[in-house]
Amino acid sequence: MLIRRGPDIKASEITPKEIYLSRRHLLGGMAGAGLIAGLGGKADAAPLTAGKSAFSTDEAPTSLKDITSYNNFYEFGTDKSEPARNAHRLTTSPWTVKVDGMVAKPTTFALEDLLKPAKLEERIYRMRCVEGWSMVIPWVGFPLADLLARVEPLGSAKYVAFETALRPEEMTGVGGFFKVLDWPYREGLRLDEALHPLTLLAVGLYGETLPNQNGAPLRLVVPWKYGFKGIKSIVRITLTDKEPQTSWNMQAPQEYGFYSNVNPDVDHPRWSQATERRIGEGGLFAKRRPTLPFNGYADQVAGLYAGMDLRKFY
Amino acid sequence: MAALPRWLRQPSLPDWPLYPLGFIPAIWLFVQAVTDNLGADPAKALERGLGEWALRLIILGLAITPLRQVAGINWVRYRRAIGLLAFFYVLLHLITYMVLDQGLDWTAIGADILRRPYITIGMLGFLLLLPLALTSTNAMIRRLGGARWRRLHRLVYPAAFAGAAHYLLLVKSWPLEPIIYAAIIVALLAWRLVPVGKAGGRAERA
Ligand code: HEM
Repeated sequence: MLIRRGPDIKASEITPKEIYLSRRHLLGGMAGAGLIAGLGGKADAAPLTAGKSAFSTDEAPTSLKDITSYNNFYEFGTDKSEPARNAHRLTTSPWTVKVDGMVAKPTTFALEDLLKPAKLEERIYRMRCVEGWSMVIPWVGFPLADLLARVEPLGSAKYVAFETALRPEEMTGVGGFFKVLDWPYREGLRLDEALHPLTLLAVGLYGETLPNQNGAPLRLVVPWKYGFKGIKSIVRITLTDKEPQTSWNMQAPQEYGFYSNVNPDVDHPRWSQATERRIGEGGLFAKRRPTLPFNGYADQVAGLYAGMDLRKFY
Repeated sequence: MAALPRWLRQPSLPDWPLYPLGFIPAIWLFVQAVTDNLGADPAKALERGLGEWALRLIILGLAITPLRQVAGINWVRYRRAIGLLAFFYVLLHLITYMVLDQGLDWTAIGADILRRPYITIGMLGFLLLLPLALTSTNAMIRRLGGARWRRLHRLVYPAAFAGAAHYLLLVKSWPLEPIIYAAIIVALLAWRLVPVGKAGGRAERA
């Protein structure tokens, strides 16, 4: 496996906080920190200690402001500005995660216990949204494989299913007459994808705990797949021998497959996937850039799909 | 209906101030986009904002006739300005898509128009509005003659329908806004089909 060397310093060390808080200048006299606090979730952000990772890209990270104000988290509204406004309602402490199914040691973890043995790393990953835009995000987290090792998957387990919390009293977007999605939000990976060292359970970004709109307190990050695979605010992880149901596939199976690997050659039926716009790069006149197979992680992950027709298994 | 004041039923203000007024949202959107106040993806936000204003103006234009028939409010003198503004917003929306969204990548634009149903339908909407904008001058109305001109301008119905369908097709899942816009447009179009409840409106349908 080819692993590209990343930089030796963390993004939060290279970039002074005032600058990454507002890489592009904030107007209207709002102080960066004040604005971020007002966006929800960041008010009680706690610093995290994290080591560096060879998996990190050396591309410039997207500003904290853009990462925390442009989110798809439909539980808090379908507009990308809504999660930043509404997600502060989500109670993230106490939080428990149930890990069950085909494992030797099914466990319901309190979040603190789940995190106690975790060795946190900063992973600066590219994130490519299925809608044709991308960011570079300095996550803090640990490999999903480490958690799975603790519950000891059985030989019969082939897939991992994930579930987001469903709390109608806190989530402004799950009610209503037209159900946006069939809640709770569900995602899934093949077991070998789940065990891949790039696959991350993230608990923070930019050196601090996750803002709610980014999926606090615990979310999945699979950098070679479209962003919606990165399920947020996880409450359940189940090992199974059947391909799990996934929310967007249930909603529109001809548009969103189970795999959803970033692939410039397989268009979404309603838009091309050949190019993407990097958020924060060039403002109004930002140019599109070509999208890379597996979002640029082909060296590490293409082998997982050897012999598979990726047009069929999109 | 006689209770309504005359300035509302038969306003005497000229229509020309509508043109500068009507462009305020477009200018405001553009200024916000340039000064980085439209969020993380300003090009997309500008494109969407212009599209939404186009749809609102189309709805306003379609509402003029029912307003007169139901409430006795006669704003027909403003309808041309509203229709032209709607066309300009669609045009700006199209230009934003071509220049800022696609960076004038003609292969990508061509593929989009041919292969993405929501773009195909949007383009159809634009092409249907184009002859209406071109025949909006007094000289053209005279040249075509009232009856033919009115027949031609019924193209606004399929254009409005295309705009609503375009919005419904482009969103993921079922957010509320495109459904509301589509419902209003379908209701305004259905009004033209149902002859009941229209006091003296049968002679001139538009
Ligand atoms: C009757 C003509 C049209 C109307 C009324 C219209 C209206 C709209 C509306 C309301 C939106 C959604 C705004 C939002 O989400 O808030 C939109 C989005 C869009 N329209 Fe149009 N449009 C028209 C024609 C076109 C044409 C001709 C094109 C390009 C060829 C086009 C391309 C787009 C694109 C690319 C989007 C954004 C999709 C996205 O969010 O990714 N539209 N339009």
